[in-house]
Amino acid sequence: MMGLELHTIWFLVIGLTVTLYAVLDGFDLGAGLLHPFFRKEQSRRIALNAVGPVWDGNEVWLVITGGALFAGFPEAYATAFSAFYVPFFLLLAALIGRAISIEFRSKEPMQWWRTFWDYSYFLSSLVISVLLGMALGNLMLGLPVDAQGVYRGAGLVEMLGAFPLSVGLAVAALYAVHGSLYLLLKTEDRLFDRVKQLNRVALFFFYGAMALSTVVLFAWNPEVIERLWHRPGFVGLAVVAFVASMAIPVLVRRRRYGRAFFVSAGMIASLLGLVFAQQFPFLIPSTIDPDGGMTLAEAASSERTLRLLLLITVIGVPLVGLYFLFVYRVFRGKVKLDDMSY
Amino acid sequence: MDVEILSRIQFAFTVAFHYIYPPLSIGLGFLIVLAEWRWLRTSEAVWRRLTRFLIRLFALTFGLGVATGIVMEFEFGTNWAVYSRYVGDVFGSALAAEGIFAFALESGFLGVLLFGWGRVKPKWHFVSAVGVWLGSMFSAVWIVVANSWQQTPAGYHVVGEGMDARAEIVDFWAMVFNPSSVERLAHVWLGSFLAGGFLLLSIAAWYLLRKQHVDVARKAMAIGLPVVLVASWAQLFSGHVAAEVVAEHQPAKLAALEGHYAAEAPADMYLFGWVDEESKEVTGLGIPGGLSFLLDQDPSAPVTGLDAFADEDRPRQVNAVFQFYHIMVAIGMLLIGLSTYGFYLFRRGKLEQSKWMLRALTAAVLLPQIANQAGWFAAEMGRQPWVVYGLLRTSDALSESVRAEQVWFSLILFTGIYVVLFALFIYLMRKKILHGPEEERGEGTRASHLESAWS
Ligand code: HDD
Ligand code: HEM
Ligand code: HEM
Repeated sequence: MMGLELHTIWFLVIGLTVTLYAVLDGFDLGAGLLHPFFRKEQSRRIALNAVGPVWDGNEVWLVITGGALFAGFPEAYATAFSAFYVPFFLLLAALIGRAISIEFRSKEPMQWWRTFWDYSYFLSSLVISVLLGMALGNLMLGLPVDAQGVYRGAGLVEMLGAFPLSVGLAVAALYAVHGSLYLLLKTEDRLFDRVKQLNRVALFFFYGAMALSTVVLFAWNPEVIERLWHRPGFVGLAVVAFVASMAIPVLVRRRRYGRAFFVSAGMIASLLGLVFAQQFPFLIPSTIDPDGGMTLAEAASSERTLRLLLLITVIGVPLVGLYFLFVYRVFRGKVKLDDMSY
Repeated sequence: MDVEILSRIQFAFTVAFHYIYPPLSIGLGFLIVLAEWRWLRTSEAVWRRLTRFLIRLFALTFGLGVATGIVMEFEFGTNWAVYSRYVGDVFGSALAAEGIFAFALESGFLGVLLFGWGRVKPKWHFVSAVGVWLGSMFSAVWIVVANSWQQTPAGYHVVGEGMDARAEIVDFWAMVFNPSSVERLAHVWLGSFLAGGFLLLSIAAWYLLRKQHVDVARKAMAIGLPVVLVASWAQLFSGHVAAEVVAEHQPAKLAALEGHYAAEAPADMYLFGWVDEESKEVTGLGIPGGLSFLLDQDPSAPVTGLDAFADEDRPRQVNAVFQFYHIMVAIGMLLIGLSTYGFYLFRRGKLEQSKWMLRALTAAVLLPQIANQAGWFAAEMGRQPWVVYGLLRTSDALSESVRAEQVWFSLILFTGIYVVLFALFIYLMRKKILHGPEEERGEGTRASHLESAWS
């Protein structure tokens, strides 16, 4: 197939689903991160209902990514998830916490009830963003996985390195930026002004976190820089990400909010592209395996299954695209609260 | 306790908890489609109120189904790494297909179902209801196919040896239509209609007892009773077919279901009983030769018993499997009785006078739930000691790198979370039911101007 191997194509497909997940769930996680910074009840409800009809559909991309990994690279699915056992259950707990916070918040009028769910919504969004970022950071550095694909490390404590933590912060800040741009499209008046302020603060955090993780890389993990440097496309992707991050405040100032949102989506995509590029051809680079880790070929399912999966993708993804277009069209425009709202 | 038993407890607990909600969503989804269809046909406001009431209940069961389902998807990797490697090629594709075809359909249209009232034309709202319902039906397809494959594997070959062995697909359709998938899917779907149907009937019966919301409750009876009538009779038939499949493909499980030990002897069928695993005796009330008769139409036909299997190849907790199975069947019979008599009374216009029947229907909401859980426990414990029947043992399927403390951590964490979730679910369910199908504040005015816009 055009010189590309099936497992490479499947790697690209997973790259696509991860990117869709980050771009779509990214904005609603970001809205969650900004949530407690809205003061009035009415503002919080509008911000919540801006993501209300779509967050669950967005999260499906995480579910699809999980299925795609299980099916296409069962070795990697098994190794990564059993290695990240404790952080993974924390992530699952946060996903549950977030779902029920959104669901339950407006079911009772009491102030304490609402405040409680407001904060659990914020906290769970924060934990999800930071943990996903830390997982990414750890994968970039490699895991102590032996040649049989069995994790030999000490678990959670070992995963709290400086680089993964800085990536975790960067992801949270990135989502906050992305979420604020989405909310700019959805809000009006005073709330809109507040979102604009928060957008500036979030951008500031994002630049800081990116700078921090770059410094950490140079100081402690130069081999990652080394790997990145030799990847084709590295310079292109890095330039795109950089230009995009600089363009966002300019577009916001010019009131091109829709465009700013798409630019931030592009920025997320190019940052993830960098991560995937440095990973290739390993799925899970190893810090103890002399061969360097688990490659795509080693982790992949049989050719027949991969071909089947591609067929499922080719039929399924356009269909999903159609439903998403339908839903986003139905709910386009500024948020209007009604009696079925959260 | 070691990692194996902890992981089994954790898996059973989390999946059983998940399984409270999807059957309700599948059943309620169907009832929403029926009610909204009636509304579109008749334009009677009472159907709209019923539809919206059902949607409010659905939002809750669906939300909890999603929240608990994500845990399940990743638990294969966290706790059963060897199993995941072994089956990934075969069963990962079922899970991936589920994500793309089912969950995306469901979650995509859900937004419109819940919040689109008034933003889209009634016709499109109805289409969304159908989309969500179909999505939930599909979710059951793939996961039951995957589970059936591990009960009755087909369409694969095994490559590699020892720790590196894994199953690879050779024939996709043989994998999908493995010997038990169709039968079990039908059984699971019917169980879901019973769960959703009896929930609605229970609420309606309670309203009728209290003479509240009587007009909506009557409509609820009018759609709920036929659904459970058909589903409960069909469930008997489908369960019988499922048992035949078990007899053919999983003889050790069949023997455990009826507590039948003697290697080659006619087998009885029990109404209820107790299996003494030491003496290999069943005490209880049964039909001698009943199982033989069902399988071979001959009460003296021999049936393979547990003693025909090596000690390490047969289910451990025979009495538990027996009890779960018999609870399910007993409830099946009860549901047939309730739905048939209830339907008869309703058609005669006598249901509302029959206080005890209304009380029985109110309480019956628990029965399909118990039967659904018991059915899975019987099916899954009867499959032991295999995780993939005849191919991979449960004790070999664990994650190598996971330690007991870690599983304790996740088990305690999730027990805590699920207790809270369950309490919230009951609390909010109760609240919605108490509030009733009345339009919420402000709804009337909005709805009426929408209606004029739509007509
Ligand atoms: C596609 C796969 C799949 C599906 C749809 C289900 N299960 Fe299952 N189940 C497993 C795959 C599995 C498993 C991964 O194969 C386990 C884990 C350990 C084992 O032996 O089998 C298991 C174990 C397991 C056990 C423990 C058995 C024992 O250790 O003795 C119980 C009680 C259940 N499950 C119950 C359920 C319920 C209530 C389900 C309904 C939703 C369900 N399972 C669906
Ligand atoms: C171990 C087995 C199972 C796994 C891995 C699993 C996985 C999942 C996942 C990931 C979700 C959330 C999807 C989303 O984000 O929208 C979910 C929800 C759902 N699952 Fe499961 N599931 C399992 C068992 C079952 C079974 C046996 C059924 C069959 C009836 C079922 C039916 C559903 C349905 C209908 C939903 C949608 C939510 C709802 O309606 O409550 N699941 N499941
Ligand atoms: C009426 C008589 C019934 C009979 C004879 C029957 C028979 C069976 C059998 C033999 C199995 C095991 C299938 C296997 O291991 O592959 C099973 C499983 C199951 N049953 Fe029943 N059943 C009956 C009623 C019910 C009812 C009323 C419900 C729920 C409302 C129900 C829900 C289930 C479920 C959820 C399973 C597990 C899924 C599966 O393995 O198919 N059953 N049943």
